Order: sequence, then C-alpha cells, then structure tokens
Amino acid sequence: MARRTIIPFGPQHPVLPEPIHLDLVMEDEKVVEAIPSIGFVHRGLEKLVEKKDFLEYIYVAERICGICSFMHGMGYSQAIEQIMNIEVPERALFLRTIWAEFSRIHSHLLWLGLLADAFGFENLFMQSWRLREKVLDIMEETTGGRVIFGSCKIGGVRKDIDPVTLKRIEKILVELEKEIKEVSSVFLNNFTVKRRLVGVGVLSKEDAHALGAVGPMMRASGIAQDMRKLGYGAYDKLDFEPIIRNNGDSYDRCAVRIEEIFQSIDLIRQAINKIPEGPVETKVTGNPDGECFVRLEQPRGEVVYYVKANGTKFLERLRVRTPTFANIPALLKMLKGCDYADVPILILTIDPCISCTER
Amino acid sequence: MFAFNLTKRIFTNLFSKPPASMYPVVKSEFTRNTRGKIELNIDACVFCGICQKKCPTGAISANRTDKKWEIERLKCITCGYCVEACPKKCIALGSEYSKPALSKDKEVFVNARVLDNTANN
Repeated sequence: MARRTIIPFGPQHPVLPEPIHLDLVMEDEKVVEAIPSIGFVHRGLEKLVEKKDFLEYIYVAERICGICSFMHGMGYSQAIEQIMNIEVPERALFLRTIWAEFSRIHSHLLWLGLLADAFGFENLFMQSWRLREKVLDIMEETTGGRVIFGSCKIGGVRKDIDPVTLKRIEKILVELEKEIKEVSSVFLNNFTVKRRLVGVGVLSKEDAHALGAVGPMMRASGIAQDMRKLGYGAYDKLDFEPIIRNNGDSYDRCAVRIEEIFQSIDLIRQAINKIPEGPVETKVTGNPDGECFVRLEQPRGEVVYYVKANGTKFLERLRVRTPTFANIPALLKMLKGCDYADVPILILTIDPCISCTER
Repeated sequence: MFAFNLTKRIFTNLFSKPPASMYPVVKSEFTRNTRGKIELNIDACVFCGICQKKCPTGAISANRTDKKWEIERLKCITCGYCVEACPKKCIALGSEYSKPALSKDKEVFVNARVLDNTANN
C-alpha cells in the first residue's frame, strides 16, 4: 500500500473565487478521501433578521450572494407574501421571472468563464465574460444595478420595464443567442476541453438521489428535478421542460448549464410576449404572523427559504438552505478516487458559491 | 470546426472596437435607471426624519432643530429606500457614483436660510 499524505486545498487557491478548505487524503496521485471545512466567510445574516424590520431585510437578503442576488430577494419576498396573503400583480410576477432568468444567464456565463479559467483556457474565459457583460448592461438599464438589482420588494417590484425597452431586449437576445452558440460550441466540441471534462467525476443517478444533489448537478445525472416546475412567479404560464443529461460527468454538467442558457433566453422571450399590462406593486400593510417554506430554483439549484414571523415587524427566524451546501456531499463522493489534477475542475463543476453557503 | 470559430473571433476582434470602454478616457455612461449617489434638495426638505428611520444602514441623520441633514457616503448602499419614503420628494438618486473617500466623513447639508439667520443674530 502506498503511503498516505494529506494535501491542504484552499481556502486560498487560484481556482476558488471564494474560500473553502479541503483536506485531500492522497495515495500517490489519487484522492482517497476529502474532508471539507467551511465557515471562512460567515457573516451572521440569519441572526440579523431579528434586528432589521421585515421590509428592510430584503436589502440584506439580496446581499446573501452576489450572483443569485435577485433570486434571494425573490425567495424572501415570496415567503413573506405567502405568510401575509399578499396578491402580487401579474405584471410584477412576469418582471420577476424575466430578471430571474437574466440572472441565470449571467450566472451560467460566469461559471463557463471560470471553468475555462480552471483548465487554463484564458481566451475562452475572456470570451464568456465578454458576453456576460451584455447581460449586465441590460440589468443596469432595467433595474439600476449591475449585480445587486434592488428591484424586488415585498408586494411586487420597484421598477417597471417599458414596452420599447422590452422590444430592444428581445433584439439583443437574438444577437446574444448567436454569440453564445459560437462560444458554447467550443466548450462542447473542442478536443482539449473534452479531454478535461468527459468521464471526469461521474456521479451516478442513484448517488445523486441518495446524496441529495440539487440543480444542474442532479439534472446532469438524469433526474429531471426543476423547482421552476412548481409554478412560482410566472413559470406556470411559460412552456418549458427541465433539461437532463444521463452520464453525470463534468462534460454533462457543463452541457446542462449551456442548454439552460438557451432555455432561459427562450423563457425570457415567452415572458416578454405574454407580459400583461397593469400595476407592478401592491401596498403592504400590517405585520406578518406565521411561518412558511418556499422553494426556488437558483442557477445552482434548489434554495429553501424558511421564515417564521411572530406578528411584530421583526421576524423570529429565517433559514436559508442554499444549493451549494446541498451539493457538497455529492462533491466529496466525486472527489473519492479522482486524480489530483482533476480536483479544481470537480470543485468548479458544482458551481460553488461559498458566501451563499455560509451566509 | 472549433478552430474556425475562434479564428473568426480573432478577426472580428482585430477590426472592431474593444468590448470594454476605455474607462478613464471615456466616461462610463449612466443609464436612466442607474442608482447613483443620493442627492438632496435642501430647500424643499422639512427635516421630518423619515429617511433616517427608513435607511437600512443608518447612513442618514436629519436634525430638525439645526435644520441639518447628514449622510455618510461609505455607509450608504444606494438602495433608494429613502427616495421612496420621502414625503416631500426632495431626495433623489443622482447620475454619478459617490467619490472615493479616505475617511468616514459625513456630508452635511444645511439649510441656507438658517445660516443667514445665525449670521444676522
């Protein structure tokens, strides 16, 4: 038996945008076991809910994560709206859906860039981020912020998009789709890229189910689970099917995300065509009393919001189960028996968002 | 197939403008909706203090007796909650970002009429 060594990986590592630490137990070049430790960027945002009033907390909820910021705000406001039985205007739901899908596109393009960076393809990294810039420009124009939109609020949305801008967004989307096709074909067909991705880190369907993987991880392993099918927001009025792949390797996880970009573009197009006229917000009066669970599909997978209110303007408890947290057991399973050189790619294919995980 | 994709891209890049704007030379454009720094029209302000109560980070303080309105730019997250809450609509989101600051100074707005009065007394 070869001698075992432990190699610390992270919290600072070129491939990691955020700090997570893994102790890799190695036998020669093979990883035998990975022991994770998280908690480097804990900010106590869940406790903060007791100090901020529930209308104010949406600004904190949006800052839980920089990439899926809009969906955190959306999840929080949906939870409060359910407790208080607020009827959100239809137009606001459609606008929320459009912005949520835009942030999905922006998150996936960012991830594609990071993946290219992880296997050392700097050119592709820049190309992906160049496309992401266009999405960010649309966001800035419609909501006022590039990353933290601040456009979602309890009872509706803050900003409306006028019909002229909607038409222009549709035009930009056509252009964007063409360019993303060009870049994504490199990810899917290039020989070098395929050598790094195909067959690396296979997560079987059974494992994905048993370990509770969520989002693109689960869909790449052949389980068609998509929280958008629950029909929150305006998703029940839009026509789409969850994208699945069956091999469960890194290549499939990449392919699922690429196809989801096109799916999101299609969803935005549908939403723009179906968006009704009307107000975008309702007045919120009184304080919430009760508790509820809300499940949403973020770019990284399913997020669960639990809110407990006690009739005062301060909430009693807020709990966010983020997708990365659910994907870490699956990551550890994939790391067992992989080559040391594949570790960065495997960590990236779960699309880790550590500041989300630790809140 | 792939080689042609990127070759095409190389030529497009050679003959087109750079996708990023050349920042210090070309000023970045502010869109109609972009949330810039908070601006106050001090003449219309009645110093009711609603903005101070609503501000999620506690960056604003309004003093009715001195007719003084202060904002700490480093604390302000330009969420626009004060703009929505203001009954006199005298707070607005400006069309530029706040300047980089070296210290946690407060920017003070004082009503000009009050200044005149103190000078006269």
